[in-house]
Amino acid sequence: MATGIRDKVAIIGMGCTKFGERWDCGPEDLMVEAFQECLSDAGIEKNDLQAAWFGSCLDEVNVGKSALPPSLALRLPNIGVTRVENYCASGTEAFRGAVYAVASGAYDICLAIGAEKLKDIGYAGLPEFSAGMGLTNQQWFPNMTAPGCFAMLASGYSAKYGVDMKELKRAMAHVSAKSHANGALNPKAHLRAPVTEEVILKAPMIAYPLGLFDCCGVSDGSACAIVATPEVARRLGKKDFVTVKALQMSLSNGEEMSFTNWDGSGFVTTAKASAAAYREAGIVNPREEISMMEVHDCFSITELVTMEDLHISARGEATKDIMDGFYDLNGKVPCQVDGGLKCFGHPIGASGLRMIYEMYLQFHGRAGQRQLENPRYGLTHNLGGFPFMNVCSIAIVGRNEA
Amino acid sequence: MIGITSFGGYIPRLRLSRKLIAQNVAWYSPVIWGAAQGEKAVANWDEDALSMAVAAAQDCLVGRDRTQVDGVYAASTTFPFADRLNADILATALNLSEDGTACADFTGCLKAGTTAVISALEAIQAGGKKRVLVAAGDQRRTKMATNFEMFLGDGAAALLLGSQEVIAEFKGGYSLSCDFIDHYRDAGKEFDYAWEERWVRDEGYGKIIPRAIFGFLKKTGLTLGDFDKVVYPCYFSATHRGIAKKLGLDPAKVQSNLHEVCGDTGAAHPLVMFVAALEDAKPGDKILLVGFGQGCDVLYFQVTDAMAGYRGGQGVKGSLAKRAELTSYTKFMKFRDIVTADLGIRGEANPNSSLNILWRNRKKLIGLVGSRCKKCGTPQYTFTPVCVNPDCNAVGDMEDYAFSGQKGTVFMYTGDMLAASVDPPAIYGIVNIEGGGRLLADFTDCTLDEIKVGLPVRMSFRRRSKDPVRGFSGYFWKVVPQATEKGV
Repeated sequence: MATGIRDKVAIIGMGCTKFGERWDCGPEDLMVEAFQECLSDAGIEKNDLQAAWFGSCLDEVNVGKSALPPSLALRLPNIGVTRVENYCASGTEAFRGAVYAVASGAYDICLAIGAEKLKDIGYAGLPEFSAGMGLTNQQWFPNMTAPGCFAMLASGYSAKYGVDMKELKRAMAHVSAKSHANGALNPKAHLRAPVTEEVILKAPMIAYPLGLFDCCGVSDGSACAIVATPEVARRLGKKDFVTVKALQMSLSNGEEMSFTNWDGSGFVTTAKASAAAYREAGIVNPREEISMMEVHDCFSITELVTMEDLHISARGEATKDIMDGFYDLNGKVPCQVDGGLKCFGHPIGASGLRMIYEMYLQFHGRAGQRQLENPRYGLTHNLGGFPFMNVCSIAIVGRNEA
Repeated sequence: MIGITSFGGYIPRLRLSRKLIAQNVAWYSPVIWGAAQGEKAVANWDEDALSMAVAAAQDCLVGRDRTQVDGVYAASTTFPFADRLNADILATALNLSEDGTACADFTGCLKAGTTAVISALEAIQAGGKKRVLVAAGDQRRTKMATNFEMFLGDGAAALLLGSQEVIAEFKGGYSLSCDFIDHYRDAGKEFDYAWEERWVRDEGYGKIIPRAIFGFLKKTGLTLGDFDKVVYPCYFSATHRGIAKKLGLDPAKVQSNLHEVCGDTGAAHPLVMFVAALEDAKPGDKILLVGFGQGCDVLYFQVTDAMAGYRGGQGVKGSLAKRAELTSYTKFMKFRDIVTADLGIRGEANPNSSLNILWRNRKKLIGLVGSRCKKCGTPQYTFTPVCVNPDCNAVGDMEDYAFSGQKGTVFMYTGDMLAASVDPPAIYGIVNIEGGGRLLADFTDCTLDEIKVGLPVRMSFRRRSKDPVRGFSGYFWKVVPQATEKGV
């Protein structure tokens, strides 16, 4: 009988680059920057690493295929490295691979690293993805982009709950303004300017009803984690170390897109993965027990509906909680504490690990001006793909209580 | 009895006023003001001769049994493919049977549409074919500030020909072939090369059409007085009237050339005008149909009693009524790719279309044929061998299910300014299909402000991609609001 991942694996070190338009850096530079911070934080030698997992998504436009890029960039000691790609969940997938490897007893110490260099393509937004959708889909999928696909959620949510689009836009603006406020407190964030809701609401339209500030930054960056058995963590003299409480995933099976049971107001996968994650972590009432979150706010509407899919806001109540400041930095469950994808930035393969990095800093009291008081559980959430066809990963981490 | 068993028409919804054209181009050629009356039908940027022919054929086949069609003839002078049978694409789009069906393209001159009809009728007469679908469409490219730019419109028409439930009996035909070159287009050239209009009017339309009609009358022993309607194209309106005079024909019996509302739709035009005539015809009416282009085809039909109970699609009249004004001449130039706009680096992506995949999935990709689970009845698009219904999940128990004729409602949507598009914002979304299933697709023939969740929609066959490097047009179905009159 499976017992879940809770407290079986410790995070003994983490690193994360500054995210942003890192014109002067290639993916190798970014990986080395994150890795050096991580290695010195863990207090181990590179040769202590026994295996590694690497997450990158749009490898065609940056690092290329295979797991060789980090092995070469970091001069890893000829250990096994596995590359994983699962859209925006790629970073968390790398983490999951390393954590499961340690939990299985196959290894004591493993590395998870994610990197993405997006700003070498010459135009704004994510790289055009027709080449990555498969040769058959290429012949019939609409002429769609990420903001357009997620924007569709707003029409679905508005129709389902009878929320006027103006009201919904106001709540979406609060989502973005809050993340800008948090990002302003984070020296590693890509976008550090506070922005008012009024400015957000007046911004040019990208994909109706999403304006410019409803969309997250497209950034370069890398983040990584070294995970080990709790025994290794103790042997290294780590006190109050952070352990993994839950790792869950859920993927669409085509029902949203081809059947008619999905109502278009949220993510089937997030609702399912989060429920499983709470069970795995032993959390009964997430609204009361989750101390902080980093969710996949690729677009403001994504964050808004995700609050319901995570079972923190009741169905149809997300706009109210958002406007009440429930998810603000000083709210009951602060969300996007580090600025989120919105302002910290979104180098796809690094994002999942960057979210865990913020949790890790918070648990160790190293979050500076963003420091929360005595957090217990931190939840991270990735959503890759499209509302109607996606990959969801959820991690819950916390102080070791075993 | 053989003849017409069904008819359909398609005039694209966008209309460009000739006054607007003149306002924009008369600085270059002031004489253009002389032709600045009425409006012409303009295909949307994602339409072409083939997609419009499919729309007309779809209209023609509404409520008809498609399984009996054993011939598909397409006619156009602007087919997207010079060497790939356009009629086959049309047949696949319409989900017609491959086995036992003969497809052919008729092209090369403006009477290709009537020649296709004659050929189909002769094949049926000879017993070689039972039911032949003829679909003609044209979208001719015109240079700025020319009379062609003023006169030519876009459109399509289709006829289903056979020997059962005939609504207009074919009573005889006559052809005249001669190499009169009013205009021509060299293989591979973009635009027509035209000769002096006065000569074309006097020696061409004005002489050859009467010559053909008189030839037909002589052959059959009929007189023009026997006919209730005479249909012949000629985009010079005065010449169109003049021919009637020369024939001694009551002007009331001359079918309108649709110059005021549509413009001349090329190889499709005799059939477009003929369909408009059929829409007003009564049982017993005798109609003479003439095609013009390097000679003439003359066809004689008599409307039967079956016409009284005939239920057609929207036809020419219906699609003419679904009108939206194109208020920007620049947009027209962009839609025809006459001006080059910056699509951005994002728009450079140009993956080729795998022909293996297109062959393997031709029903799915060209015909919009999805699956329906035989066990639970759930229609699905896209599909795998495993039923999408979570309460079923039956494996390998699917049958074909055509989504192309289905109606639906908007489920979710957006208007995307980031996507590289000829006509931004790129509008797309998911629609719920009546009777089950969903479709993720581009929307077209609409503006963002008219799209709402729940809006009634239907499917339309469109050119989805045009690959300038490899010269390949890709097609798929798009979502169109059922009401499309709103202007752009």
